[in-house]
Amino acid sequence: MPRNVTKLLPFVDEVRVSRPDDAPWTSALRQDGLDRYRESGLPTPRTEAWKYTNLRRLAGMDFAPSEAAPEGVAIPEDHLVKIDAFRAVIINGRFQVNLSDLSGLPRGLRVEGLANMLRKSPAVLEPLLGQIAVRDNRPLTALNAAHLDDGLCVFVEKGVVLDKPIHIVSIGAPCGDDAASFHPRLLVSLGAGSVATIVESHVGKGAYFSNGVAEFVVGADAVLNHYKIQEESDEAYHLADTTLRLEDRSTYDGFTFQSGSVLARNEIYACLDGEHVDCRVNAAYLGAGKQHIDNTVFIDHVKPGSRSREVCKGVLDDQSRAVFQGKILVRKDAQKTDGFQLNKALLLSRGAEIDSKPELEIYADDVKCSHGATVGELDTDALFYLRSRGIDKVAARNLLISAFVAEAVAEIQSETVRNAVSDMVQEKLEMRHEGRVNER
Amino acid sequence: MPLLEIQNLHATVGDKEILKGINLVIKPGEVHAIMGPNGSGKSTLSYILAGRDGYDVTKGEVLFDGKDLLSMPADERACAGLFLGFQYPVEIPGVATMTFLKTALNAVRAYRGDDPLDAMQFLNYVRERAMVLNVTDDMLRRALNVGFSGGEKKRNEILQMAVLEPRLAVLDETDSGLDIDALKLVAEGVNAMRTPERGMLVITHYQRLLNYIEPDHVHVLAQGSILQSGGKELALELEKNGYGDITGAEAA
Repeated sequence: MPRNVTKLLPFVDEVRVSRPDDAPWTSALRQDGLDRYRESGLPTPRTEAWKYTNLRRLAGMDFAPSEAAPEGVAIPEDHLVKIDAFRAVIINGRFQVNLSDLSGLPRGLRVEGLANMLRKSPAVLEPLLGQIAVRDNRPLTALNAAHLDDGLCVFVEKGVVLDKPIHIVSIGAPCGDDAASFHPRLLVSLGAGSVATIVESHVGKGAYFSNGVAEFVVGADAVLNHYKIQEESDEAYHLADTTLRLEDRSTYDGFTFQSGSVLARNEIYACLDGEHVDCRVNAAYLGAGKQHIDNTVFIDHVKPGSRSREVCKGVLDDQSRAVFQGKILVRKDAQKTDGFQLNKALLLSRGAEIDSKPELEIYADDVKCSHGATVGELDTDALFYLRSRGIDKVAARNLLISAFVAEAVAEIQSETVRNAVSDMVQEKLEMRHEGRVNER
Repeated sequence: MPLLEIQNLHATVGDKEILKGINLVIKPGEVHAIMGPNGSGKSTLSYILAGRDGYDVTKGEVLFDGKDLLSMPADERACAGLFLGFQYPVEIPGVATMTFLKTALNAVRAYRGDDPLDAMQFLNYVRERAMVLNVTDDMLRRALNVGFSGGEKKRNEILQMAVLEPRLAVLDETDSGLDIDALKLVAEGVNAMRTPERGMLVITHYQRLLNYIEPDHVHVLAQGSILQSGGKELALELEKNGYGDITGAEAA
């Protein structure tokens, strides 16, 4: 029976739909986002897509819109994955040209703040911005559009091969005493035959709400490596929508590592809008305390002959909770699709919980699709075996946990990033254990 | 002082009493064999010595080098010099054999107050021992026991013993699942480790292994207690007459 439910509509008051210097389409985009968000409100568990992730806590918090980036925010180098890369720094959703290191960008690569581009060259953005990350049935994506303001744009011209990665460092910080909210947007476009590696690091201090949307177009025959490290502060809310449009014969190698935030949801929509696309959307996460970590992935096979692979592995301790929703849609024309999905969770404590929902929806008749999900505890036989060789309990647990996560990290195709992420995960695990030993 | 002294050891799993008063003394340099039919409590004894969870010791005690073994956690027992060669070595995906050996050796060395070996020293240390057992570099690179054949797993167990250099090695059915060539190789590996300081407890169902690893003492374990002890000739007698003579006589 339908009930009369009050909609939750935070983050609406501060929306400014029209701004001076706006191109007409930007105001229209904000208005459309606002209308859609108003209609649905903040998602609730009554919606199937949000059944396992409840934003009630977020709605109950007081956030101040981050009008400008706070002053004097330091870059937490220790928390960043160590790679040699061009660096674009974003604080509370705003691009910081002075903190970035974009010197020596090669020809054919453009990295620029979104606000700047909206002012100076909106025509370049018009065919892309808001065109990839659609807003129907995605209230937070709509909310992000309503707030369209700043973020980052990366354009790689056709045929350009970049050998140095682009590292996007997003930092969250409180505005004075208030928790900040921000809605950054990332737009990445790879021309035909180009090759690029993009690494996103999300870090911060204190309480804040980051509602990011990222739009990627990977042109024909292009190769994009895209690795995201979500290490937000432990009071942060991190909601992210990453939408990909993958064209003929393009390759996308994606990996997401999450161990930050009090509540995080990383949504990926991959539209394999070409033939013979190779799409890899892998993930690993570590949850502890009362963290909630959600990986929601939708892979849409539109055309024939494409391949998708999705390996998601997570470790949950204490009362942490994870959600995995993975859907593979194979449309009628997408014959010869090869889809693979695997979700494995390791529960270290009785209070930990995982909700895993794999879904296959197939309309073509000549496809190969498989999925698997397992949930388990540390293998006591393996623990005893290690301990019987002199390895103490903590080290033995660590060895097994890192072996479990390593299987997902091994999916990263870029060797330098793979090694850097592997080191980072190892350090993270050791830190968590040291923390625990000290607590006891 | 004896290396190992088991005194009137009683143990249960759940409600079932498996060990009903074991007495055994092993002195440095001695090799003891425990033989017995299936279900006699041989593996239980080895697991209790190594410190596996799931067993209740209801009576008796075990002294290792004069210290109370049963109060030590499993990893400390290993560091103190006790080694269990598993009947069924555990497969651990994602942990390279080499990484495992290094972590184990450096843990044991730290307990003894020795510095960890650096990468080069360690590599030489392991290769030297691996060669004797025909353990290839490829096996050392692979995940621990994953995809190893029965023989490879057992050779890997003996390699671990050679790397950790324990004071007492308990070898639980090391011969099971081995063909004759593999058995000889494993036995050679074990024999190479016989020293006047080191003790060994070889647990086996068949006499065959004892042709290659010659024991000083043989014990027959059945129905949870040692029913007969003797020299190596006892093993040959058992091979000829079976366990029935001993266990049947006792049970009657």
